[in-house]
Amino acid sequence: MTDETRLSELRAKFGRVPPAPDEPSPKPLTLREKQPRFEGLVSGHRACQGCGEALAARLVMESAGPDVMVANATGCLEVFTTPWPQSAWHVPWIHSLFENAPAVASGMEAAMKAQGKKTKVLAFGGDGGTYDIGFQALSGMLERYHNILYVCYDNEAYMNTGIQRSSSTPHAASTTTSPAGKDRMGKRHLKKDLLSIIAAHHVPYAASASVAFPADLQRKVRYAMGIEGPTFIVVHSPCPLGWKHASALTIEVARRAVECGLFPLVELERGSLSNVMPIRSPRPVRDYLEVQGRFAHLMKDKDPRAEKERDHLQALADYNIATFGLAGAAQDANDTGGAAAVGRGGPLVGGM
Amino acid sequence: MREALEGSLAIARAVALCKPDVVAAYPITPQTHIVENLSRLVAEGEMHTEFVSVESEFSAASVVLGAAAAGARAYTATASQGVLLMAEVLFNIAGLRIPLVMTVANRAVSAPLSIWNDHGDSMAVRDSGWIQLHCVDNQEAVDTTIQAFRIAQETELPVMVCMDGFVLTHTMEIIDMPSQEEVAGWLPPFDFARKLDPTDPKSFGMLVTPEYFAEIRHAHHAAMTRALPVIDQIDRDWAALTGRSSGGLLEVEGDPAAEVGILAMGSTVGTLRAGMAAHAEAAGPARIIKLRAFRPFPAEALREAVKGLKHLIVIDRAISPGLGGIVGTEVAAVLADMADRPRIHNHAIGLGGRDIPETIYADLMAAIRDPDAPAFSVFDVDLEKLAPEDR
Repeated sequence: MTDETRLSELRAKFGRVPPAPDEPSPKPLTLREKQPRFEGLVSGHRACQGCGEALAARLVMESAGPDVMVANATGCLEVFTTPWPQSAWHVPWIHSLFENAPAVASGMEAAMKAQGKKTKVLAFGGDGGTYDIGFQALSGMLERYHNILYVCYDNEAYMNTGIQRSSSTPHAASTTTSPAGKDRMGKRHLKKDLLSIIAAHHVPYAASASVAFPADLQRKVRYAMGIEGPTFIVVHSPCPLGWKHASALTIEVARRAVECGLFPLVELERGSLSNVMPIRSPRPVRDYLEVQGRFAHLMKDKDPRAEKERDHLQALADYNIATFGLAGAAQDANDTGGAAAVGRGGPLVGGM
Repeated sequence: MREALEGSLAIARAVALCKPDVVAAYPITPQTHIVENLSRLVAEGEMHTEFVSVESEFSAASVVLGAAAAGARAYTATASQGVLLMAEVLFNIAGLRIPLVMTVANRAVSAPLSIWNDHGDSMAVRDSGWIQLHCVDNQEAVDTTIQAFRIAQETELPVMVCMDGFVLTHTMEIIDMPSQEEVAGWLPPFDFARKLDPTDPKSFGMLVTPEYFAEIRHAHHAAMTRALPVIDQIDRDWAALTGRSSGGLLEVEGDPAAEVGILAMGSTVGTLRAGMAAHAEAAGPARIIKLRAFRPFPAEALREAVKGLKHLIVIDRAISPGLGGIVGTEVAAVLADMADRPRIHNHAIGLGGRDIPETIYADLMAAIRDPDAPAFSVFDVDLEKLAPEDR
């Protein structure tokens, strides 16, 4: 039986009539036209292969929908999406400076309030713009209780300027300003616990997310969108160039960061932990480190300092797992832990 | 209605008359009374605006940037260190061509720390691409503030209204405050064509390669140049409504036949007026040139204003160390190609709030007779207070 005959039989059986030979076939939809959701950030931009931030931003924009406006801090996201005269944004978007995206967003939100509009204001920054130079403006935005969703795309260094360390760079990672060398094992300091500082503002909602878990990320964005007040999501977004891993491994690397406990996925409401993504069987931190060139100096088995730093990082991961209760009791085939408290996919019952 | 008002309260009332949608500010002396009075107007329900009380001047400028970009009429005020902390944002606002209004209560810049008046702050952002207008008295400050909102809208450029800290901001003066009806009929609603709008999404502040940067700077310069007649016309329009002009781009007062001219900005002009009235008989007459628009710089109007002068005294309220006067240097540059240009005597006076007495008029007039006088001096410096090596 030829394929053609078999196809005709199937069509007859399932009721699909083949088009008459002279009937013009309908114009095939392009891949983009088949997209079921609104795309605020479209393809064609200049991001590197495997860019975690580009993927994260696309997912965030998909969930946020069209009635938004974006204030974007200086950084890769700004540069690769808007080389004049082209722009990859299908929503109103403004880039002012490195350190003021939260304040610019505050002004946009005040304007919406003054005009009686409901358009949600989003503010985007990298880890440099969020953990470091824009930190004060972010704190001000949270304290003043602007109705803004701030998303930090955390790739753990100043990637746009060429991989310099930030306060978000993990301990012992090698960057161009914390290089591993004879006397140094990469960054000497710890990754700043920004989420705790955000939580200390007692904002309605703060969460961490990862590009390796897009459904979780998008749920968190949708949840934050439903809250009237300041909300914050930090998205772990690998940078193949800066982390020195193959660009095809972005999702794998991000997943290992979560699975080893170094980047816990948690949700905080009014400063209290309300939900975590459980880790059923935590991986050793080594699994995460060994696929990234920025930790290559920790893989030298004959160097006792390497072992010490690996132990140090493992201890940090163990601490996260213990502190946030990522393992053990939270194990649940359907990941329903905390669902009642969080009210997945929609605003909290009874408002803020 | 004429009433005695402190300068800052008058400015707050003038701003309220313009009904800004968003006001953002951070307190700094001597701007504080302006934002305190605005806050009070909001608290009493006399002004309906989103008042954003921010955590720094950097954010104050950023908030009004975002607000205006999102289609709101926006206002802020600052001074001194605040201007400098804002500097990066101020260049950004102008480069994005965002129309908004800011009052600068001019104050010296640290170090040494000084809370008193000079023009070091607004001069530091001279090249930011903002329109800079200077006010002689509080009536002018009120009128110029209202005009500034219209100038910003018509030119799509930000406008800095400069008024001398303390000398104006903290001084009671009889002000003819326009009515709400007058302002409402004169100032059109804020309608920013390029505003952020989800129904017509645009991208602002994109990365520009060398292929386009020079063109965008050229266009900004051209827009500033085109603003010159707009500033002048809006002042005329305001005068037609209220009977009060603030002096357009610049204004020439005093004796038109005088061979000596004195050019100044801000409240110094008032001191010179009084000084001339008291001392002209002994010291001789002068033509006072009140420079209102410092940016854009009214080169043509200035060349016209100095015709026939043999001497031009240019007063700076700031100093560019290693060069001298800023206004003086610019005036010299603008007049350089005039066939019979006046000799320029450039002096910095009243730095860091040093009082400028009326007698300065006679002293300045006397100084032009010194053929050995340097092209620039700090006129009121007391060298005796300095160690010999610092003189």
